[in-house]
Amino acid sequence: MQRIGVFVCHCGSNIAATVDVEKVVELARMEPGVVHAEDYQYMCSEAGQARIQAAIEKKGLTGIVVCSCSPRMHETTFRKAAERAGLNPYMVEIANIREHCSWIHKDIEEATKKAVILARAAIAKVNLNTPLKPGESRVTKRALVIGGGIAGIQTALDIADAGYEVDIVEKTPSIGGRMSQLDKTFPTLDCSACILTPKMVEAGAHEKIHIYTYSEVEKVSGFVGDFTVDIRKKARSVDMDKCTGCGVCQEKCPSKKTPSEFNRGLNNRSAIYTPFAQAIPNVPVIDREACIKFKTGKCGLCAKVCQAGAIDYEQQDEIITEKYGAIVVATGFDVIQLDSYDEYAYSQSKDVITSLELERIMNAAGPTKGHLERLSDGRAPKEIVFVQCVGSRCSDDRGKSYCSKICCMYTAKHAMLIRDKYPDTHVTVFYIDVRTPGKNFDEFYRRAAEEYGVDYIKGQVGKVLPQPDGSLLVQGADLLDNRQLRIKADMVVLAAAIEPDPSVRRIATMLTASIDTNNFLTEAHPKLRPVESPTAGVFLSGVCQGPKDIPETVAQAGAAAVKAIGLLAKDKLTTNPCTAHSDELLCNGCSTCANVCPYGAITYEDRQVNDHGIREVRRLAVVNNALCQGCGACTVACPSGAMDLQGFSNRQIIAEVDAICR
Amino acid sequence: MNTPRKQAGLIREISGVNPYKCMKCGKCSASCPSYDEMDIKPHQFVSYVLHENIEALAESRSLWKCLSCFACVERCPRDVKPGKLIDAVRQLVLRQRGEEYLSPDEIPELLDPEIPQQLLVSAFRRYRR
Amino acid sequence: MPIETKEEFRPKIVAFCCNWCSYAGADLAGSSRLAYPADVKIIRVPCSCRVNPMFVLRAFEKGADGVILCGCHPGDCHYSTGNYYTRRRMTLLFSMLDYIGVENGRTRVEWVSAAEGVKFSATMNDFVAKIRTLGENVRLEDIRCKKQ
Repeated sequence: MQRIGVFVCHCGSNIAATVDVEKVVELARMEPGVVHAEDYQYMCSEAGQARIQAAIEKKGLTGIVVCSCSPRMHETTFRKAAERAGLNPYMVEIANIREHCSWIHKDIEEATKKAVILARAAIAKVNLNTPLKPGESRVTKRALVIGGGIAGIQTALDIADAGYEVDIVEKTPSIGGRMSQLDKTFPTLDCSACILTPKMVEAGAHEKIHIYTYSEVEKVSGFVGDFTVDIRKKARSVDMDKCTGCGVCQEKCPSKKTPSEFNRGLNNRSAIYTPFAQAIPNVPVIDREACIKFKTGKCGLCAKVCQAGAIDYEQQDEIITEKYGAIVVATGFDVIQLDSYDEYAYSQSKDVITSLELERIMNAAGPTKGHLERLSDGRAPKEIVFVQCVGSRCSDDRGKSYCSKICCMYTAKHAMLIRDKYPDTHVTVFYIDVRTPGKNFDEFYRRAAEEYGVDYIKGQVGKVLPQPDGSLLVQGADLLDNRQLRIKADMVVLAAAIEPDPSVRRIATMLTASIDTNNFLTEAHPKLRPVESPTAGVFLSGVCQGPKDIPETVAQAGAAAVKAIGLLAKDKLTTNPCTAHSDELLCNGCSTCANVCPYGAITYEDRQVNDHGIREVRRLAVVNNALCQGCGACTVACPSGAMDLQGFSNRQIIAEVDAICR
Repeated sequence: MNTPRKQAGLIREISGVNPYKCMKCGKCSASCPSYDEMDIKPHQFVSYVLHENIEALAESRSLWKCLSCFACVERCPRDVKPGKLIDAVRQLVLRQRGEEYLSPDEIPELLDPEIPQQLLVSAFRRYRR
Repeated sequence: MPIETKEEFRPKIVAFCCNWCSYAGADLAGSSRLAYPADVKIIRVPCSCRVNPMFVLRAFEKGADGVILCGCHPGDCHYSTGNYYTRRRMTLLFSMLDYIGVENGRTRVEWVSAAEGVKFSATMNDFVAKIRTLGENVRLEDIRCKKQ
């Protein structure tokens, strides 16, 4: 039996004006287990806390109930007071007789009655409380960033600048990501490479940052503060230490028929290649699928011309195992496949392109050296049609239900740049809505229309028909003029929807980070914890969490870094002791609880149990206290009633229910 | 009595279309091969039904100019199916017209032992509301 | 036969509130002095998904006249998916309870955010009014629990 003390607070007149405090004390004293009850003007004051401590020490209390304001206000205060007097802080319960009673009721008799019932419920609960001890786990002071685009680079730089080791894992041969493919950036029109390259160089040279390019995360185990990650470093076939990045091998390579991933397949690259000139690291990779040496055994030209002797055909994949305290996901995006959009003739005509392809065409380092020309015949287009929302805002399964957010702005940018460089080109933009929230964004869009004469038409394109003369007949609706337009265009640019990079599914599964129906990673809270995954120790940076532009990505990358730093700065983590716990005699290992757990905190182990003298090995649910956040979903899902939540156990809640209904 | 509200409800029921799903992009009108022949354009069908302006729809030329090619149904990004709406309005008009075609008083004259009774029942279902 | 003068019916109502949204919403109702009947007694749970159907049944067994669960709005759950479980579990439980005679009006799930003090108070007023029209619940009640 517990020895319970009840402390009723007047809160000045806040409680005492409507609740007969003395009556509450008097009736509480009659409850089972209560050995002490008193009231005081302000329990939360130093004098009030001293009274609680004195009573604990003098009467040897094992549990206390404070009838006062909301536990959200002073639970921690009273827990600390109890702890100072040597009582386990989790032996404290609060009866909320202010917000839930005195403040909302006027009748003294009625309010007093309710206050007594609330006190009884708290006493009934504390009778069943057990001392809980928060666990401790250590923190490995190293962070992993998955993805080396602008989001990953920024996060890594911020963490490294705070003095922690960071590893970036990037699956392509160079960091840089999507931003390195862009020509200019809105709304300031500064060149993308000019602002990105310095950051790439900084990350590459930073003493605290280690970059694994051409590598993928293979396996993740562990939990917040103590993750163990296997990284597969794919065979580059080039010795990174020896290579000087002279580029002769790429020049001499006879296999030059592989579509360039970096240029979105608009031109070809050699089998040994760096994706782009400013690549970090500036070390090429041999694409073994395309390499003649690997396919036929003959060739070896690159090895012959390499003066540094860096070519290594024998290189094997390498698995690196490393420990991390925090993991930041920055896997970014890709544009959707347009195969199912036959009406826009994307696969029928070379002159129907996506906006990302246009970026490459406009880029001075791109396949056309920055000249705007038709890919079919090299002619300069005089009539260009932009189509918005291709695959965005679709409720059918061809597209995505969300707004891709960046298309309105980059289309305005493209239209403006084209009109600026080629004033004799007529540009038409078909839009459903122009969405330009953001600093200087709407002004930018208006400038495209007002100063550069871009023809914005409210409506959508129904179909694009390639004509025998090589032009494209664009049939669209102008909803404001109420007419159907047929435009003879030279080039059609589709603002294709963006989607999370497909690799994110595998990564999310490994991290047990939750993912939504569109493959975007879910936040711990959509408003208040937007850069944290519900899985502790996993943070989100960039488009993997939702569509966003570069400034937003950089801001989020910084936020994710701060969250990771906040974690890494701790030597030890205190874990919430109110976690789920499985009774090994009742558990039948059915896996129901693991399926509902949003944190992946439940695993199964074969353990020996002693069930009333019978010793046998059973498959049992085991809760990892470092991962469990204490929601209790598993406790209800458990069909055998083995799972219970400490601090909010079945018996405790039932005791409260009973006390209220008494 | 058939109020516009009732008629709009009936059209939604027959077509299975929820006009609220429309995001007013106009891709239906952009796709329509009979666009130039129509007085009320495909994207307008949806808002006409939404705003219960059924009479105008029923009297429109578009009603009989739609080819039912369903290009609009196929390409609508929000799965609204404007073509099905116009189909439903047609049915409604036909049924209403039906009121003039068949009256119960005429039945005795029409009765013929050769005619199956079921035919009369289904004729009523179609031409009487 | 003498007619007994009956006291005004004061229902017993148990409200389960999740710690992160609805309990805070109830606190806000309190600090905004938005009154609702004293018949409602709140039990704090970490998440609405902690509420075992067993607790609801227990409440009715012990003589409760109504049980209401409050959680975060769908999509806003502190534990990301907890309230979805609540929604499904309680839909099933309530239809079963209705089947055995505990009317649907006696059970309810509401989403109340930490900012919705007004909604919390309004919900409770509405719920209590509903229970008052339904009267005392006798189904499931363990008669031995009744005070003589």
